Amino acid sequence: MNRFAIPLGVFALLVVVLAIGIAHSPDKGTIISPLLGKPAPEFALPNLLDASQVVKSSDLKGRWYVFNVWGTWCYECRAEHNTLLEVRQQNVVPIIGMDWKDPQADALGYLKQLGNPYEAIAVDRDGREAIDWGVYGAPETFLVNDKGIVVYKHVGALTPEVWEKQFLSRLPPRQDPAKS
Amino acid sequence: MRRILTALLAGLVLYATVALAVDPTQMPTPALQERYLGLTHELRCMQCQNEAIADSPVDLAADLRRQVRDMLLAGKSDDDIRNYMVARYGEFILFRPRASWKNAWLWAAPGVLILVGALVAVRIIQQRSALVPQDNEPLEEDIRS
Repeated sequence: MNRFAIPLGVFALLVVVLAIGIAHSPDKGTIISPLLGKPAPEFALPNLLDASQVVKSSDLKGRWYVFNVWGTWCYECRAEHNTLLEVRQQNVVPIIGMDWKDPQADALGYLKQLGNPYEAIAVDRDGREAIDWGVYGAPETFLVNDKGIVVYKHVGALTPEVWEKQFLSRLPPRQDPAKS
Repeated sequence: MRRILTALLAGLVLYATVALAVDPTQMPTPALQERYLGLTHELRCMQCQNEAIADSPVDLAADLRRQVRDMLLAGKSDDDIRNYMVARYGEFILFRPRASWKNAWLWAAPGVLILVGALVAVRIIQQRSALVPQDNEPLEEDIRS
């Protein structure tokens, strides 16, 4: 009995360690953003629809907003576009878009064809702002609270289910009593 | 034969230029160039996760290489650049994980295993050597085999 005690103990320990590892291993496809719980990056970028205007993070202080990174070259962005339009219809939180590495003409044509769900669209033509947000593939969607903290990040196309479960549930209850 | 060799050589040269073409960046000094190459080889391309940004042809890798270059030219240290990347993309962007309290147990594990193994070995050797003077009977295992 005794001579099996140590190997058995080691085996049991291994089982426990590996079980913890498997249970905690994240989905390999999505990388957990270190931005979660931290202040969203400050930005001041040209406005896609009006080059004389600047889309600034300081203008968004005190408000919740959704920050959606997209590009016309991005297939999944097309897939989530309807969800974004629906979110705009709900009128619960503004969506700030960031057009990532896109020729302006393409972006304008895309919005004309599919509709514009954004309150404002910032332009990141050379990809520097995307690095600040830790973006590694479009679409990526962040939820930023009224204190400027990133509370959630979704990688990949936004679906109505994801919107309801992960975004709506995190938003504060509506202030507008007429609607509820 | 000669023609085949020439073709092979041409192919190799072509391959080498294609491989080099991913990143033609030249830093102004050899020291900076060396640090640039070091950093771009130890940062992961987040889009094609098993490639370093130095080897990846995707856009994001090029943007990250530009970021590394700009920061080096601005006089930032290698650790500044690593910290910058980790703050945005997480530890995962480093191919070589750094020691931290979170993964300390992992770094300690080999040492602990060696220690446990040594203790077990010492105990077995002590038990066996204690047997020898008083006991001339063969060991149980020896009879069975």
